[in-house]
Amino acid sequence: MSVVTNTTTIGAIEAPSRRNTELALLAFAVAIPVFAYLNVGLALDGEVPSGMLGYGLGLALLATVAHLVVRKWAPYADPLLLPLATLLNGMGLVLIWRLDQSPRLIDLAKRSYGAFSPSAPNQMMYSAIGIAMFVGVLLLLKDHRVLQRYTYISMVVALFLLLLPLVPGLGTDVFGAKIWIRIGGFSIQPGEFAKLVLAVFFSGYLMVKRDALALASRRFMGLYLPRGRDLGPILTIWAVSLLILVFENDLGTSLLFFGMFVIMLYVATERTSWIVMGLLMAVAGAVAVGSTASHVQSRVAAWLDPFECLKTAPESSNMAYACDQMTQVLMSFGSGGILGTGLGQGNSDLIQFAANSDFIFATVGEELGLTGVMVFLLLYGLIIERGIRTSLAARDPFGKLLAMGLSGAFALQVFVVAGGVMGLIPLTGMTMPFLAYGGSSVIANWALIGILIRISDTARRPAPSPAPNPDAEMTQVVRP
Amino acid sequence: MSELTLTVMRLGFLAVLWLFVIVAVQVIRSDLFGTRVTQRGSRRQEARTQQGGRQAAPPPQRGQQQPPSGGGRSRRGAPTKLVVSEGTLTGTTVALQGQTITLGRAHDSTIVLDDDYASSRHARIYPDRDGQWIVEDLGSTNGTYLDRTRLTTATPIPLGAPIRIGKTVIELRK
Repeated sequence: MSVVTNTTTIGAIEAPSRRNTELALLAFAVAIPVFAYLNVGLALDGEVPSGMLGYGLGLALLATVAHLVVRKWAPYADPLLLPLATLLNGMGLVLIWRLDQSPRLIDLAKRSYGAFSPSAPNQMMYSAIGIAMFVGVLLLLKDHRVLQRYTYISMVVALFLLLLPLVPGLGTDVFGAKIWIRIGGFSIQPGEFAKLVLAVFFSGYLMVKRDALALASRRFMGLYLPRGRDLGPILTIWAVSLLILVFENDLGTSLLFFGMFVIMLYVATERTSWIVMGLLMAVAGAVAVGSTASHVQSRVAAWLDPFECLKTAPESSNMAYACDQMTQVLMSFGSGGILGTGLGQGNSDLIQFAANSDFIFATVGEELGLTGVMVFLLLYGLIIERGIRTSLAARDPFGKLLAMGLSGAFALQVFVVAGGVMGLIPLTGMTMPFLAYGGSSVIANWALIGILIRISDTARRPAPSPAPNPDAEMTQVVRP
Repeated sequence: MSELTLTVMRLGFLAVLWLFVIVAVQVIRSDLFGTRVTQRGSRRQEARTQQGGRQAAPPPQRGQQQPPSGGGRSRRGAPTKLVVSEGTLTGTTVALQGQTITLGRAHDSTIVLDDDYASSRHARIYPDRDGQWIVEDLGSTNGTYLDRTRLTTATPIPLGAPIRIGKTVIELRK
């Protein structure tokens, strides 16, 4: 009688490499911006725009290079991250090009700087550098666990990058926020890169210390309160982020770093109390600084009631300026309605300054309407979801924390910018990842996607088949 | 450009954007629900056929051909499969077709337990004349537990009751 009958095992599917899925989605993601170019050109001039072929081919070339590198050096990576980022980057290029065509913005540039230079070619160049960075990450970083060795070096580098804008002569003050440095004609936002380095430090640090932070605690009112001496790290990060807020006048950056630390602390220790404490500390810090710094005050006034503030603020003051911007942004979103005015047919260029960087989401809101805004938020949401999924699938704790920290930082950045532009929270000068004009942001976010792809390749790679057992052929089971 | 063309393009563009999101979500779907079912028994059967000799009729087919009408096995509420719900073999199922199922670390067991706490011939599960499934401990070192009680004699298995052998938990299900 045979012993074994219908025996089945239900296991997780061995993830196929899904590179062809990625290629198909990538072709789709390149086709959409080309369609958008056509749309803008037809709406503005009534003819097919001359630059369409150039931008389309450029984007396709960058996407192809990125895809081939992933196919060769990260064959099991997540199939969605690259197409999603490419689509956002391509749509950003279209929107920036569309704002370049606006007579109002050309006028403004001529009045302020004496000459107008289009931003789209620069953004195309930044995208190319971004893809180069992405390729560089995949080529040089064969295993993300290598980063673990540089835990404390990353801390030093991150602090250095964060403090760089405060160095006199190097940092530049752009409308109140000191988050830029200027080196030979190029403006760099070191905070964007500090985000990546800090995620490495947090994951390396928390991986080692998480047991102490999670287990040594007392229970009080349903919350686990950590011991006083374990509060050290969170208090230090809090103090650093408050210093950024005070000296660099930038709520976004400080919220991003503190929020990222709290998210990673929560993920590492599974203690809700850290979230509660983090929120309380963030609110306390923001209120304390908000009631003293004038730059933050004007942003808060513009957030609470921009129309009232526009009437009461003194003429051509910083506050009037902030409120004017905010009213334009809100009108822009409002006139978009559900379906939007159509690409190239809105008036979001009335926002004038920073229309194509900090406020680019207002152009989405006006020209594509609520329907389009939802798509963009979903695209960001999908990138974040894939990042968290990568974190779940990763087998090593460092990779888990790193993927979680990077996607958490990405999510916070999207929240801070989109929330600020829509009037949910006070506006801060950060850039919408991939969409907004700005070299540092595009390059740093491509590097972020590169690291996520590297981790997801390691996580989804099927386990190597076990070595053949030398005994198997020598011995046989003899059944009666 | 006529108003109509622009309107069509505007709505078409939004539709294309949403289409991309839907396609992307479809790609994710396969990640969420992807499971693979391996027929372990039939694979082993093939391996044995290749070795030559002993070409008994493949039991899986026999099981499918026999309508579950004969004997007491077709009683309503009778279990039809045995499921490993915990341990290294989690997810493994064995169809119950009136045969004796042996459990243990020995290689010729029906379910080969890869468990440090299991004996080589640990327990067996078999139907009695009424079709009631019985579990019997075969003198194992660490014992077989039905629910929380250690087995001393052959005991009928209620549907869904956990049988615990070391770190492995087995249940009978319909």
